[in-house]
Amino acid sequence: MAKYLLLKHYRGAPAAVNDVPMDQWAPDEITAHVQYMRDFADRLEETGEFVDGQALAPDGMFVRYDGEGRPPITDGPFAETKDLIAGWMVIDVDSHERAVELAGELSAAPGAGGRPIHEWLELRPFLTEPPTITE
Amino acid sequence: MDEVLLRSLTPSVLGILVRRGADFAAAEDAVQDALVEAVRVWPAEPPRDPKGWLITVAWRRFLDATRADTARRRREDLVDEQPVPESAPGVDDTLQLYFLCAHPSLTPSSAVALTLRAVGGLTTRQIAQAYLVPEATMGQRISRAKRTVSEVRFDQPGDVATVLRVLYLVFNEGYSGDVDLSAEAIRLTRQLAASIDHPEVSGLLALMLLTHARRAARTAPDGSLVPLAEQDRSRWNTESIAEGVEILQAALARDRLGEFQAQAAIAALHADAATAEETDWVQIVEWYDELARLTDNPVVRLNRAVAVGEADGARSGLAALATLDASLPRYTAVAAYLHERDGDLATAARLYAEAAHHAPNLAERDHLTRQAARLNAGRPDR
Repeated sequence: MAKYLLLKHYRGAPAAVNDVPMDQWAPDEITAHVQYMRDFADRLEETGEFVDGQALAPDGMFVRYDGEGRPPITDGPFAETKDLIAGWMVIDVDSHERAVELAGELSAAPGAGGRPIHEWLELRPFLTEPPTITE
Repeated sequence: MDEVLLRSLTPSVLGILVRRGADFAAAEDAVQDALVEAVRVWPAEPPRDPKGWLITVAWRRFLDATRADTARRRREDLVDEQPVPESAPGVDDTLQLYFLCAHPSLTPSSAVALTLRAVGGLTTRQIAQAYLVPEATMGQRISRAKRTVSEVRFDQPGDVATVLRVLYLVFNEGYSGDVDLSAEAIRLTRQLAASIDHPEVSGLLALMLLTHARRAARTAPDGSLVPLAEQDRSRWNTESIAEGVEILQAALARDRLGEFQAQAAIAALHADAATAEETDWVQIVEWYDELARLTDNPVVRLNRAVAVGEADGARSGLAALATLDASLPRYTAVAAYLHERDGDLATAARLYAEAAHHAPNLAERDHLTRQAARLNAGRPDR
């Protein structure tokens, strides 16, 4: 088994094919989209491949240490050009092919006009523990 | 076996162990062990005296755990010397436990976790699941909390307000995992109300019951939020409403108003309206005025602006809103709603979309996006 992170972006990914802001969709299309996402996660739980999924707020900042006795320096809110993660799903699957297949399914979530969004999702393998048998 | 009934015995059993001389942290562990043992054994061999059974097993566990301890002798002497205070009124112990678990030296998250375990009798695993953190993390949080209160004397009187804040937090988390935290908060508040006579305890219990009554109507089958005005009121739980109203009226009659009673009064006015149109908004505004006098929470004034918008028209609502800080959570959502009521659909749609961007959770974000989409879809100028 191998774990993969599926990353969804507010900004920074290549533009989706069906790239229309959600508030310009018909209300029914939003309902259908939300339902698709729920069904997708439910199905992965049933197949035993779902690990975790979370959404992130678009607000945030950079923070860094600024030396002994000083409060950390913050820099934010993010510039409009920054790559911005919207959320993630962690899956545990048998193969890289399966991970690509699932990412493709998630990207097919319906959007404006009920057509698939074709959103670009970032697929990242986890670094694993070293194997017990090395010979 | 009724697990809630079993857990309801937790505080009095724990109180007895502490009165026998066990320190709180060790006694709490022992009671947890006894509860786990009860879940295992009782279905096959139900005890005649469940509480007595729990006390015996918990005390044995406590002695086992401290046997190697140098303090063992002293503890055993304590048992021999002191008459076992099993007839001590359980309610006092229960109340003391509430105070201890909500002690002001604890952070809110620690107080919540400790209350759910030591008063509620939930396991660390159940609490961890409910708050979506690893079990080891929750275990650490609870043991740190126990260390923090280890020096607090068990018989010191506490502040009811701190207990109410903890119970309010538990209720507001809703539920995830297999434990219904809202129902658990109601159970714990009911149990507290039985231990202490205080109008704000009644106020909080009434507020919880009146809010909980709407739960089935609050979400659509697809999980989306249903706003109060659009809820199917036939799905409100009338039994829960009746109980909440009765408790609230008895509390209000004592003329010691507090913020929970005022909030419950507002919830009761909503419950009284057979349809959204019949809501007595004028009275609701008056209650928000009372609430604003009792607390400086700016969210109260935000909600008041909504009520003013309903009572006196959207323009008055917008005027009330204009006096508030625009960075308040949900300010933009309220502005969007009032602009829509005022007929300015373009501004409303823009504000709904902006509010969605800042929404604190997915359910609200989806709801606000849908509101923006609804208005945009209906506009001829798109």
